[in-house]
Amino acid sequence: MEFLIEALIAFFLVIAGVFGLVGSFGLVKLEDTMQRLHAPTKATTVGVGGVLIASMLYFALIKESLSFHELLITIFLFLTAPVSAHFIAKTYIQSRVREKELPETQSPYGWAVYDDSPSHPEDDGPQDD
Amino acid sequence: MLTFATLFAVFCFAFGLLFNLWRIARGPSNADRILALDTMVINVIALLVLYGIYESTAVYYEASMLVAMVGFVSTVAYCRFVLRGDIIE
Repeated sequence: MEFLIEALIAFFLVIAGVFGLVGSFGLVKLEDTMQRLHAPTKATTVGVGGVLIASMLYFALIKESLSFHELLITIFLFLTAPVSAHFIAKTYIQSRVREKELPETQSPYGWAVYDDSPSHPEDDGPQDD
Repeated sequence: MLTFATLFAVFCFAFGLLFNLWRIARGPSNADRILALDTMVINVIALLVLYGIYESTAVYYEASMLVAMVGFVSTVAYCRFVLRGDIIE
């Protein structure tokens, strides 16, 4: 039984290490910034999730002291990874992509990077009338 | 077995940190550097948790939680600074 628990934890650790390495290697290998955005935000987050699952299993099953700190870190990381990825994409669009190269938004307002906020029509944003 | 698995994971994440450093030095745009710094923060969180498993103490959770929060806030602050030239308008 002890062996099975250790094997399970080791399995999660190895999976996490491989995902983390793949995520960081994608940062080096992929060619475009927008492609590069995929590797760390997805693969590395899953890698950290695997490490945290392994840590939770270790402390719950072997040390017999169940704690929910890991769950807090996991939830926090999985909530904040998309937000920071969105911000990085916005930064890239603002610095390297012209407004004319972007596709149409199919709405009265343009891309958020180049257009004013819809909630402040006095800022010379597009008006509906 | 557990020690070997932990060491393997530490090795993987440490190599990941080296890849991230290369991207920070090389990165053609600011977005690449911010992305590499964000990934570095995530890798450091993983390394802290792995060190906690290796030493079998629960002291390092607070540290990793703090690193996670500071990393997110600094990523958003850096992005806002590049986007708007100001962090809090």
